[in-house]
Amino acid sequence: MEFLLPFLIGILFSASLYLILHRHFFKLILGLILFSLATNLFLFVIGRLTRGGSAIIGQDENVAVEPFADPVPQALLLTAIVIGFGIQSFTIVLIKRVYQSFGTTDLDDMNTTDQIEEHH
Amino acid sequence: MFLAILAGFLLAFAAPLLHRWLGKWVVVPMALLPFTIFVYLLTLSPAVLAGNNLGELQAWAPSLNINLHFFLDGLSLLFALLITGFGTLIMLYAGGYLKGHPLLGRFYLYLTLFMTAMLGLVLAGNIMAIFVFWELTSISSYLLIGFNQDKESSRSSALQALLVTGLGGLALMGGLILVGMAGETYTLSELLERGDLVTNHALYLPALVLLLLGAFTKSAQFPFHFWLPNAMAAPTPVSAYLHSATMVKAGVYLLARLTPVMGGTDEWQYTLMIVGGITTVLGALLATQHVDLKAILAYTTISALGLLVTMTGIGTAPAMEAMVVFLLAHALYKGTLFLVAGNVDHATGTRDLTQLTGLSGTMRYTSIAALLAGMSMAGILPFFGFIGKELLYEASLEESPFRWILFAMSFFSGMVFVAVAIALGYGIFWRRSQNPTPLQHPDKPLLYLPPVILASAGLVFGLLPGFFVTPLLRRASEAMLGVEQTFDLALWHGFTLALGLSVLTVLLGYVVYRFSNRLLSYASRFSGLYLFGPANLYQLALRGFMTGATKITATIQNGYLRSYIAAIITAHIALVVLSLWENGPRLELGNNLHLLSQLRMYEIVLLLMIVSALIFLFKSQSRLTSIAIMGIVGYSASLFYILFGAPDVAATQLLIETLTVVIFVLILHKLPVFKYLSHATERYKYVTLSLTFGAVMTYVILIVKQYPLDSQLKAYFGQGSFLLGKGRNIVNVILVDFRAFDTLGEIVVLAVAAIGIMAMLKLRMHKGDKP
Repeated sequence: MEFLLPFLIGILFSASLYLILHRHFFKLILGLILFSLATNLFLFVIGRLTRGGSAIIGQDENVAVEPFADPVPQALLLTAIVIGFGIQSFTIVLIKRVYQSFGTTDLDDMNTTDQIEEHH
Repeated sequence: MFLAILAGFLLAFAAPLLHRWLGKWVVVPMALLPFTIFVYLLTLSPAVLAGNNLGELQAWAPSLNINLHFFLDGLSLLFALLITGFGTLIMLYAGGYLKGHPLLGRFYLYLTLFMTAMLGLVLAGNIMAIFVFWELTSISSYLLIGFNQDKESSRSSALQALLVTGLGGLALMGGLILVGMAGETYTLSELLERGDLVTNHALYLPALVLLLLGAFTKSAQFPFHFWLPNAMAAPTPVSAYLHSATMVKAGVYLLARLTPVMGGTDEWQYTLMIVGGITTVLGALLATQHVDLKAILAYTTISALGLLVTMTGIGTAPAMEAMVVFLLAHALYKGTLFLVAGNVDHATGTRDLTQLTGLSGTMRYTSIAALLAGMSMAGILPFFGFIGKELLYEASLEESPFRWILFAMSFFSGMVFVAVAIALGYGIFWRRSQNPTPLQHPDKPLLYLPPVILASAGLVFGLLPGFFVTPLLRRASEAMLGVEQTFDLALWHGFTLALGLSVLTVLLGYVVYRFSNRLLSYASRFSGLYLFGPANLYQLALRGFMTGATKITATIQNGYLRSYIAAIITAHIALVVLSLWENGPRLELGNNLHLLSQLRMYEIVLLLMIVSALIFLFKSQSRLTSIAIMGIVGYSASLFYILFGAPDVAATQLLIETLTVVIFVLILHKLPVFKYLSHATERYKYVTLSLTFGAVMTYVILIVKQYPLDSQLKAYFGQGSFLLGKGRNIVNVILVDFRAFDTLGEIVVLAVAAIGIMAMLKLRMHKGDKP
C-alpha cells in the first residue's frame, strides 16, 4: 500500500485540478473538496505511514511505545479537515446565492470585476 | 546653507496661506527669501573667491553613509548666485504677471519649491543628495508647466517634460550609484579627488552612459530636446527662470561638476562634442522656423545649451573659460528676453513675431531692456555677451582636428543668435511702423523692472568685467579643471581674428534677419521631416505603452478563474521541476518494489473503489450522483486513515464527509442540470496540465519517501503526552493542550465562515441593486 498510495494521490490531484478548471461552479466545488482530500492524504503520506499502531498510549504505560504513528501530521490533518469543511460549506452557500442572484453557474459569466476598460 | 534650504521649503509650503492673508503683497516675503539667500551667499563669496571650498555636514542617513552634505566652491557659487539673484527678480515679476490670479499662492509654492530644490542641487556635497534635489526640480517643473491645468496642451506638455526628465533622472540615479561604487564614496569633495580611480574602473562606461542620459534629458540635448519648446506652455516667469536660466542648466552643471571625476577620456569628450554640436546646430536651425516669440527663444536656448555642452566636452582651459562666461551671459540676456516676451504677450495678447511692430512708443522700458539684451545676445561691444562670443570663437578655434567643424557650428549658431536678437531687440520694438500693435494692458513697473535690471547687469558686467565677475568665473572654471586659473576678462583684445569673426557674424546675422521671411516659408517644406523627429517617436512610444499595458493587463488579468489557477499550477510545476532538475535527488523505484509484497487485498479493493468512483464522477451528468460519489471517495480515504493508525482523523473525515453530503443535498438540489461548458481545445490543454500536476505530486512523494524522516517531535509527544498532558490519546493532547492556541485559531476560522454563510443567507437583493 505504501507503494501505491503516492500514485493514488497523484490521480486524486489530477482529477481535482481538472474539475477545478471547469467552467461550471458545481464542478469547481467538487474539485475543491477532492483537492483538499488529496492534500490531506499528501500530508499524511509525507509524515510517513505506520501500519497498525495508533498514536495512543496504552493503559499500563506512561510513554508511547514503538511502533506508534506520528501524531504530528495527524493533528495537522484534523485541523485541515475541519477548516476545509468551513471553506466547503461557505462555497456551497455562495454558489447557491450566486445562482439565485445572477441565474448562472458559469464562472465565465462572473469575470466583470477583473475587466479593465479599453484605453482610448 | 542648510538653513537656507530649510527656509526655502518652509516658505514654499506657507505660500498659499500667505497669499490668503496678504493678498497681492505675498510677493514681498516670496521675493525677500531669495534676496536674503543671495546676500548671504555674497557674504560667503570672499572666502570662496580666496580659493577655499566651504563644506557643511548634516547627518541624514548615516547607516547608508548618506549625509546631507553641502559644498560651496566657485562653480556652485556661480550657480547659486544666479538662482537666487534671478529668483528674486522672477518672484517680483511673477507678482506682476499673475496679479489677481486666484492661484497665485500655489504658483509661488511651486516656484519657491523649485528654487529651493535647484539651490539644493548646486549646493549639495553628496551625489545622492544631488539626485534627490534633481528629481525635486523635475517634479516642481512638471507642476509649473502644467500650471494652467485646464488646458489639455499644458497638461500633456507637463507630462512630457516629466517623463523625459524623469527617465533621465532614473538613469542618473543608476549612474551616480555606479560612480559611487567606482569611487568608493558618495561625498563630492572626496570623489573630486578620485578621478583616476573612477575613469579606470570597469564600471566607468556604464556609469558614463547613464549620467550622460540624465544630463542630456535635463539640458534638452538632441535627441531629447523636444520637451523644452513644449514646456513653454508654462507661464512666462517659469519659462524665463526654469527653462532658460536655471533648470535646463542643471544638466550642464552636472557635467561641469563631474568633469574632474569623469572627464578627460575619449568617450566623454567625443560624446559631449558630438551631441552638443548637433544640438547647437539643430536648435539654431529650428529657431528660424518659428514665429512664436517663446518658441524662438526656446530653440535658441537649446542651441546655447548645446554650445555649453560642447565647450565642456572640449575641456581645455580656454573652453572652460568660454563655458562659464557664456553661461552667465546667456542667463542674463535670455532671461531678459523671455521676460520681454512675457511683457509683450501680457500687453498685446499675442506672441506672433509677424504681428508685432512698433512697440517702443508704448512699452518704453520693456523695449529698452529688449534692446540691451538683444545687443548682448548678438555679441556687440560693450556687452557681456560680446566677451562670451569672443571666447567661444577662440576656444573652438584652438588647435584640434575638429577645429573647423567646431568653429562652423558656433559660427552658425552665432549668426542665428544675431538674427533672433535683431528681430526681438529691434524688429518688434524699434523698427518704424505706420500702425504699431495696440496694447490691451499698459506696461507695469513690476513687469518691466526685472528685465531692465537683468539687461543692465549684462551691460555692467561687460563694462567692468574685472569687478567680482572675473574672480568668480575663475574659481568656477577651476572647479572643473582642478588647476588654478588666472584669466582676465576684457572687452578689448585688439584687432584679433575673433574680433573679425564677431563682426562678420553680426553682418551675416543681419542678412539672415533680412531674409527671415523666406526662411519661414521653408518651414512648411520641412514639416514632413518632423514625422521622424524624436517628438513623434515620443508620442508613438507613449501611445504604445498605454495600449501595450492595456493589452497585457487584459491578457493576464482576464477575469477567468481557470486561467488564473492554470497559471498558478504551471508556475508551481515549473518551480518543482526546476529545483528537482538541478542536482535534485534521483528516484530509485527498485528499492521500493519489495513493498508490493506487503499489499493486502482490502487495500487494493479500496484503491480500485476510489479510481472507479472518479471515473464515474467524470461520466455522471447528475448532481446527486456526483455528490454520492464524492461521499464514496471521502469514506474510502477515511478507511486509509484507519489502516495507518489514525483513528481520530478517520472519525473526523467520516463525520465531515457526511455533513458535506447533507449540506450539498439540502442546498444544491434546486440548481439546473449541468452541462459541459469547456471548449474542446481548452479541454486537452487542461487535461494535460492536470495529469502533469498529478505526476509531479506523485514524484515528489516518492522522492521524499526515499529519505528517513528525522523528527524529534514524534518522540517528544510520545514521551510527554501522558506525563505532561495527562492524556493517553496523543493526537487529542496535542490539539487541546500542546497546541491549544492553534485549535482556537481553527475555531475562529470556522466562526468566520459561519458568519459569512449567515450573511449570505440573510442577504436580500433588491431589484435594481448592482450585483
